[in-house]
Amino acid sequence: MLRFLLRRFGTMILTGLCLSFVVFYLTNLKPNLERLAKTQASARMTQSQVHDWLVEHGYGEPVLKRYGEWLGVVPGWTGKNTETGAPMGRCVDPNNPTTKAATYCGILQGTWGYSTVFRSSVSSILSTRLQATGILMLWVLILMIPVSLVVGIVSGMREGSRLDRGLSVASIATTATPEYVSGVVLIVLLSSPMMGLSPVLRHWGLLHGTALFKGSAASALDHVTFANFTLPVVTVALYGTGYIARMTRASMTEVMTAQYIRTARLKGVRFRTVVLKHALRNALIAPFTVIMLQIPWLLNGVVITETLFNYKGFGWTLVQAAEGNDIELLLGCSIVAVVVVLLTQLISDIGYIYLNPRIRIS
Amino acid sequence: MTDQTTWDPSQPILEIEHLSISFFTRLREIPAVMDFSCTVMPGEAMGLVGESGCGKSTVALGVMQDLGKNGRIVGGSIKFKGRDLCKMSDDELRAIRGKEIAMIYQEPMASLNPAMKIGEQLAEVPMIHEGLSRAKALELARQIVADVRLPDPDRILKAYPHQLSGGQQQRIVIAMALMSKPALLILDEPTTALDVTVEAGIVDLVKDLGEKYGTSMLFISHNLGLILETCDRLCVMYSGEAVETGAVAEVFDEMRHPYTQALFRSIPLPGADKNARPLIAIPGNFPLPHERPQGCNFGPRCDYFQKGRCDARDIAMDPVPGGDRHESRCLRFAEIDWDAPPQVAKTTEKSPIGPVVLKMDDLRKYYEVSSGAFGDGVAKVVKANESLSFEAHEGETLAIVGESGCGKSTFAKVLMGLETATSGEILLFDENIQDTPIQQRNANTVSSVQMVFQNPFDTLNPSMTVGRQIIRALEIFGEGRNDAERHQRMLELLDLVKLPRAFAERKPRQLSGGQKQRVGIARAFAGGAKIVVADEPVSALDVSVQAAVTDLLMEIQRKNRTTLLFISHDLSVVRYLSDRVMVMYLGHVVEIGTTDEVFSPPYHPYTEALLSAVPIADTRVKKKRIVLEGDIPSAMNPPPGCPFQTRCRWKSRVPGGLCDREMPPMREMGNGHQIKCHLSEEELASMEPVIQIAAE
Repeated sequence: MLRFLLRRFGTMILTGLCLSFVVFYLTNLKPNLERLAKTQASARMTQSQVHDWLVEHGYGEPVLKRYGEWLGVVPGWTGKNTETGAPMGRCVDPNNPTTKAATYCGILQGTWGYSTVFRSSVSSILSTRLQATGILMLWVLILMIPVSLVVGIVSGMREGSRLDRGLSVASIATTATPEYVSGVVLIVLLSSPMMGLSPVLRHWGLLHGTALFKGSAASALDHVTFANFTLPVVTVALYGTGYIARMTRASMTEVMTAQYIRTARLKGVRFRTVVLKHALRNALIAPFTVIMLQIPWLLNGVVITETLFNYKGFGWTLVQAAEGNDIELLLGCSIVAVVVVLLTQLISDIGYIYLNPRIRIS
Repeated sequence: MTDQTTWDPSQPILEIEHLSISFFTRLREIPAVMDFSCTVMPGEAMGLVGESGCGKSTVALGVMQDLGKNGRIVGGSIKFKGRDLCKMSDDELRAIRGKEIAMIYQEPMASLNPAMKIGEQLAEVPMIHEGLSRAKALELARQIVADVRLPDPDRILKAYPHQLSGGQQQRIVIAMALMSKPALLILDEPTTALDVTVEAGIVDLVKDLGEKYGTSMLFISHNLGLILETCDRLCVMYSGEAVETGAVAEVFDEMRHPYTQALFRSIPLPGADKNARPLIAIPGNFPLPHERPQGCNFGPRCDYFQKGRCDARDIAMDPVPGGDRHESRCLRFAEIDWDAPPQVAKTTEKSPIGPVVLKMDDLRKYYEVSSGAFGDGVAKVVKANESLSFEAHEGETLAIVGESGCGKSTFAKVLMGLETATSGEILLFDENIQDTPIQQRNANTVSSVQMVFQNPFDTLNPSMTVGRQIIRALEIFGEGRNDAERHQRMLELLDLVKLPRAFAERKPRQLSGGQKQRVGIARAFAGGAKIVVADEPVSALDVSVQAAVTDLLMEIQRKNRTTLLFISHDLSVVRYLSDRVMVMYLGHVVEIGTTDEVFSPPYHPYTEALLSAVPIADTRVKKKRIVLEGDIPSAMNPPPGCPFQTRCRWKSRVPGGLCDREMPPMREMGNGHQIKCHLSEEELASMEPVIQIAAE
């Protein structure tokens, strides 16, 4: 087990290195850097001024060396401001340039860099934003996993029944609807004071406020309430729920036709016990992997949802960073994404072994 | 429970009357079983025999009232202890399932829940039906596990199904069926997935337990020999109908239905010989359920068919005069001369054996495997083949016999070039090929060593026409100068395997199993193969088709002077068609010699057990019963000394524990007959024949 974990960690680190280099290379392409120089210094710089600015700010070195610096295995660049003569460098605090700087300052040392959009350190931005997204994801998972598993198992235990058909249609519909559609539909239906359900409910005297839910989740950053958080959570969860329910159903229908289920039935076991005791555990092996795969996918989904509901989390930050050509922040975001993907994969592999006694070591 | 008191034990325990079962698809109703009647008395074992698709398993599921969504009983009744099962509510049925009627299935691995411990699965039965506490139920489970002769019951109760061998799993399924001491046991091909020596152990167990508990049995099998060993009465089914029923001895010796007779003539019984007394295949194919003929279903394939009479109307079961509840569904059974010898198909001369074409010298194949799900186990060496040495001659059939895991398939892979040998030599016409994988072999070598696979259903490309697949083989082998020539050659190959030329345009799914296997044979012979490895070529086929396919192979062999390496576990077929036999156990050749030498004493102790284990469908045959204890040892961890010493019943006759320490030498018994055993000359000479045919 230990050797397996070590080996998996080894491959994880290797994969992480490769992926981060790809992102580093792409964000540091020449046009990107030029744009950065123009936004940072002056939009009217000439080509040679841009070049000088880039060299002065440490962007002139070969990509591999700068990747090493960013990682923290190559000493950070140092230089002098051509105008003021103040020391400059990767590890120099721009607000306080005279203090003695460290030699190495990459992500290994915990220095994630400086965000040009938010004018703050990347690590502090990421930690607050990730926390916000973490809360959103937590509620999404709390809603999505039980609902999808129940829907999948109920529709899979009697394949072809009316209940199965109904639930299948519902899950296909939710999976087929992208977040930007379902989000807009939900906002219109539930959070508009003029349209959808709210005016009707108000007319019947069931609703006293302006609308059922809030269309913006900005206030949820400070204080999560039912009104301000329901719609973003439902929007993200809907897509995944349908998907996992379909997978669970497929796995369940397969298990229900397995011979050992017939064995159990012909032992005289009740249908309910057959489902709960004999089928469930075998049917959950496949959805477990799918759920784990869904978590990185959710990170992707929140980009749209957070922007739509103005919830300042990880996804929203990513959009801002991309718009503002914020190289260090983008790099930080992609590292987070890579780690999430690899970690969930590791958990899914280990969990799979424990769920499935056939591949466990005896 | 009240019904048990009202039921009179002298009455039948199971009474099926005029049962008809249909499956409903969107297109049509498919009648699976029609007008089926049978009676099982208490303590009686009833056999249901027939080919696949004849409806025997459907009858079993009908008794269990578990026909799925599409199946429905459309007529007749199934009475169990006098109560009609078809009219019971779900709750009543549940009380009977597992408690009064238990079932044993064909594939033990698939029938056990992979995620539940064995003890858990066994204890469930008395917990449901008798309301026992968990602890009490586990205690009972432990006792029954010991009853089915499994070693170390405590360990087994805590194991998961995949941790047991196939034979052990089947014993667990039997134990599960016996947990509530049922009155009726339904066995659906319980040993088909198992090796013969394991099968023999299971059959013994079932018979003993039946006597011990007084359980009635409904034994479903396609193997007539097995029915003879286990049952009192049998019912032969054909295409959804019972065609003949009666006491086993009576039906075997005085059959009164043409299908039963044809079935017996198409299986290789002792005395059959490929040259002098060839098998008689049943012509034609099994009718599909919706293509059944009018009148007698067997009519179109029957030798005694009379137009206008047999195909006029439905035929009922009629009692055979003088028989013990012996019935036949034939209009003409009183007219037919049942003792007339079969019209002998053309006999052939034994073809002479040619020079050596293939020579194996001390061939070894080892695999390195690492164990454990996390891949951190120590790498182990599996010795799949150990010092294999033999020669095969032109025009000869060499059978390679052994149970699963004995290394016969590994050997085939090495010969074909799918694997390369670890050491040793393979000489094909004086050319060393042991180190040349198939990708590097030239077209000539590839086309001269070909293979016929076990399962014709999976080895043909489902999206290519039959003709195209054969032409593809011709292209690869470099046969023919252009497409027209290859097309012509393809048609000739179809003629060779006796398929209509029109089949060239068909897709594999439009063919029956036997026809698919013929295509497989045509493909193997496309490049004029000199050596054909036939890996269990008929074991996936029905009995009536097997004979035709074996005959075809023999005929092509005679014509082309091909060397046939016939891999099989079915000793009846081997005895029928092979010239020489090689017996393998755990990667070793333990005996090799001509068929007569191997099938008569002196034997290697393993050969002796193997011969004894094969069920033979002939009432005249007297067999010595030798049941091997335990399972085949793992090739990963073979026993020291002689590979067979852990199960050998002769071991005590070898002085000084030699079997535990030393690998026996290959001993020459004269005339090329070799035995790998430590037994002394006298001991070997004292062996008695396993199979004896009583004088008629």
